[in-house]
Amino acid sequence: MTRFSAWNVFWQGMSGQKGWSRQWRDPEPKPHYDVVIIGGGLHGLATAYYLAKNHGIHNIAVLEKGWIGGGNAGRNTTIVRSNYTQPGNREFYEHSLKLWEELSHELNYNVMFSQRSHITLLHSPGAIDAASRNYNIMRLTGNDDAEIWSLERLKEAAPHLNYDATARFPIMGAAVHKRAGTARHDAVIWGYARAADQLGIDIIQNCEVTGITRDGSRVTGVETSRGRISTYKLGLAVAGSSSRLWSLAGMRHLPIESHKLQAFVSEPLKPLLDQVVVFGMGGAHFYISQSDKGGMVFGGDLDWYKSYAQKGNLPIVQDVAEAAMSVLPCLGRVRLLRHWSGVVDMSMDGSHFISKTPLDNLYLNAGWNYGGFKATPASGTYFADLIANDRPHRVVANHDLKRFERGIQLDERGAGPDPKLHG
Amino acid sequence: MIRIPCPFCGTRDHSEFSYGGDGSIKYPALDAPMEDWHDAVFQRENICGRQVETWHHVNGCRMWLLVERDTMTHEIHSVRPAHPDMAQALEVTA
Repeated sequence: MTRFSAWNVFWQGMSGQKGWSRQWRDPEPKPHYDVVIIGGGLHGLATAYYLAKNHGIHNIAVLEKGWIGGGNAGRNTTIVRSNYTQPGNREFYEHSLKLWEELSHELNYNVMFSQRSHITLLHSPGAIDAASRNYNIMRLTGNDDAEIWSLERLKEAAPHLNYDATARFPIMGAAVHKRAGTARHDAVIWGYARAADQLGIDIIQNCEVTGITRDGSRVTGVETSRGRISTYKLGLAVAGSSSRLWSLAGMRHLPIESHKLQAFVSEPLKPLLDQVVVFGMGGAHFYISQSDKGGMVFGGDLDWYKSYAQKGNLPIVQDVAEAAMSVLPCLGRVRLLRHWSGVVDMSMDGSHFISKTPLDNLYLNAGWNYGGFKATPASGTYFADLIANDRPHRVVANHDLKRFERGIQLDERGAGPDPKLHG
Repeated sequence: MIRIPCPFCGTRDHSEFSYGGDGSIKYPALDAPMEDWHDAVFQRENICGRQVETWHHVNGCRMWLLVERDTMTHEIHSVRPAHPDMAQALEVTA
């Protein structure tokens, strides 16, 4: 496969772009693999990549029901940040951000990671106090880019926000996470797929898993639409479909509910917003950034009821539009280009699971709530580590399925055990 | 928009309601073992298909309802009051 480099881009330009090869193979599934990962999304492909790179396991298949990049990898708002406060989550997301910073070089693929900063708008003295506490926790745990900005500084950086003193919720300041930003979601999944393929991993698309075969407490293989595949170890990384795969393995309950989250992109505009801006006040929730193509990419709350349908409801469209108008009134005449919805697995405390399971050789990667995209590199790293070594890394020791039995909840919002509230 | 036939108010948009959660959960006795409480509070079957769930008609009659709904198609199969005595009273008057 042709490596991407300035020289190669130049050379291909001079020779009619004829020398590029396909980015990853399209192999037939083999009857046996050492490790099978179900789910060819960001987390599944990243896991396979790190299993090969960090742990020397190369006989791996990644099974994808549709095509890679067609699930939640293509349905997110591409925000990357590490402003978490709970022990475990802090280290996890900070590690992830550090991996993002080197990802384009690591994968030899430009993922267009843009550290444009993440601005959380603050609308009351109480909110400023709470954000100061959270961002001080970040500073004390190795994240010295966390800052609280005054209104004047914010106005300079983001001049088009609604600074009207008579607004329903006037802006009083902002919490700013400067190393955060966005990346191009397609490039991330293609980059991981290409890099994993180069390490010998088989990416098998249009391969739906229809059954998981067991011998007592051991998984022996999977039945798929493209035949039976046996394996020593099986990993699940299927986001909103975790419970469905769980039942295929013969188990019933997970601390997860599937909900759907909508997102939107507008027609392309000239440069308007340099940062990711987040508005959360009362019942409103809104986040927005501008893509490199100029489209305003934004979203809000989930649909408030459990659902597996990949289509959203209109009251949320209205809520999001209202929030958009209150934050950036200049968007009023902008037309919507696309609008979509993805199924997310909301967990009982808003944090994820990278966990062993009641079955000896089945491993679970699930419960990503709103935040799976930013977690991709760390999720792959720690899930690969769990599968290779059959024990959780110190950082994800409390991200197991049994944490609630031990009385531990990694609840960033303090919302309690109601999945839909962990936005 | 999902349209929910409230047994007290008639058919209304789902935006009048607030979603509760899995309606099949039964809370154990107060002195039940911790594992039972753990399962009731944290564990979910998360059905893809028909499930019974609770909805609160918060901008209407404020009654809690048990709604049987398909979580893939959003089709509603049945709606009844969550309070068993209330369901019974409705049957008598009907």
